[in-house]
Amino acid sequence: MSDAALLEVEDLNVSFPGRGGITRAVRNASFSLGRERLGIVGESGSGKSTTGRALLGLIPAPGIVTAKRMTFGGQDLRGLPDAEWQKLRGRRMSMVMQDPKYSLNPVLKIGEQIEETYRLHHRSSQGEARSKALAMLEAVKIRDPDLVYHLYAHQLSGGMGQRAMIAMMLIAEPDLLIADEPTSALDVTVQNEVLRILDDLVTDRGMGLIFISHNLTIVGSFCDRVLVMYGGRIVEELKASELAAAKHPYTQALIKAAPSLEHPLAELAVVTRDPAWLI
Amino acid sequence: MTVETTSAPPAARLSLRGWLASDAPASRRQAVLGNVYRGFVALVSNRTALTGLVIVAALLGIAVFAPLVSGFRSPIDQSLSERLAAPGAAHWFGTDEFGRDIFARIAYGTRVTLTIVMLVSIVVAPIGLLVGTTAGYLGATAGRAGGIIDAVLMRITDIFLAFPRLVLALAFAGALGPGIENAVIAISLTAWPPFARIARAETVSIARSDFISAVVLQGASTARILFRHIVPLCLSSLIVRLTLDMAGIILTAAGLGFLGLGAQPPTPEWGAMVASGRNVIFEQWWVATIPGLAIFIVSLGFNLLGDGLRDVLDPKSS
Repeated sequence: MSDAALLEVEDLNVSFPGRGGITRAVRNASFSLGRERLGIVGESGSGKSTTGRALLGLIPAPGIVTAKRMTFGGQDLRGLPDAEWQKLRGRRMSMVMQDPKYSLNPVLKIGEQIEETYRLHHRSSQGEARSKALAMLEAVKIRDPDLVYHLYAHQLSGGMGQRAMIAMMLIAEPDLLIADEPTSALDVTVQNEVLRILDDLVTDRGMGLIFISHNLTIVGSFCDRVLVMYGGRIVEELKASELAAAKHPYTQALIKAAPSLEHPLAELAVVTRDPAWLI
Repeated sequence: MTVETTSAPPAARLSLRGWLASDAPASRRQAVLGNVYRGFVALVSNRTALTGLVIVAALLGIAVFAPLVSGFRSPIDQSLSERLAAPGAAHWFGTDEFGRDIFARIAYGTRVTLTIVMLVSIVVAPIGLLVGTTAGYLGATAGRAGGIIDAVLMRITDIFLAFPRLVLALAFAGALGPGIENAVIAISLTAWPPFARIARAETVSIARSDFISAVVLQGASTARILFRHIVPLCLSSLIVRLTLDMAGIILTAAGLGFLGLGAQPPTPEWGAMVASGRNVIFEQWWVATIPGLAIFIVSLGFNLLGDGLRDVLDPKSS
């Protein structure tokens, strides 16, 4: 597959009809992704998670997704039937969600849940799936895979849960992983560990990664490219290394609003918004 | 705690209890067993639940050892010379109009009652689960088409709920013909709607949770999500409802038997026994009263046990 176009999106719109009219959560978003790490940043409600979910066909019922172009590995994603989505999800694209406390099934063993993705997409014996799951647990640096295999979600710490989630989503070796704020629910010390594991796995397997976060610092150091979203639009797209040279006033304001150890400030800057950004 | 130490139970029992109740379990198995033990203690320390448990356990015991309990007297052999004998040493609960020993018939009747209850439970729970989870999951996630399926399934459920239960069971039993199997089918057809309601309510709240989205993301089909991920989570509330409903099932079965549409003579079925004693209720009260009491006590037992189980299994009620 060519490096340029794992995923191509042009004019993606997601809207939710409601009582007070139509809410447009994502407006005319266009971007493309190769086998690289793309960060999407923005405040709450800026449409970054919705964009991620739209790519996986997970916008719930009344929501409407339209796009001029939305292709993944050459396959058109628009109006894809359920059966096709099932083949795609897990096997070719998957997603790590925010909080492992809620995204792991409380009544199934961790190992069984990890195995499930594999068995959904590969014809395999129980033993084979099991050894795969154990190998995957080891790959996400869980010290005692045999023990953790038999544990339930509530018996894991947040960091371990999120690593199990990553194992679950990567076991079928997808080409694209969408990480929706994978570290927001974790301790700061654990965050780095999980990020490093994610980084290693993504680099080793040569996958594409969309990293959704509201943490500019993490995105800046972790990703190759950054999309900045505001009010459902992509206001700026730039290389992560050039974040400091951002042109859009919103991006500049976001950077200014982040605290810095080298230049401590008594009061952080507040983002002033310009309604013109939305047009 | 102090009372327990001063009464000084035997050392072995104390250590087993200590091992089970330990708040620092040494192994995973100890923790699991300890949890089961604590649940059991909670159930038993609740006096009403304990009463229910004892009644249901006695019912099971009598059903298993019916010949032994009845002193190897036959529940169907007639002895017309002893007809309508009063309760006494020879016949503890007296005899009926054919001289059959009522105590033996009550003892063997537990088997009939338990058979009906078990068969109905086996039929009703899967139907309720299937209808409820399908309606709930599709209604919550599958957009307009799902909403229509949800509405259709739940309105059918409502229609069944709108009929008085015994009358509907009576109509089905009448149409199918008398007999235990048909009584089971008739009762099942009227007993599933509450289970569908409960399963749907549970499913709607589960369907929107993140871990179901995660399974969708793994590429699982709707059927797989329903049976592997949603059904197990609905089970505990369904089990509680089932034990609470067993009293109703027993009463409906007895009602059908009373009206001649349940078990057929000479099967010792409690409802039919009450019916046969009706003619002599003032002169020989025991013929109708004793099976009636049996129905009453067993229904009460299941209700008490169900209440206790709800307190133990459902964290929301405590």
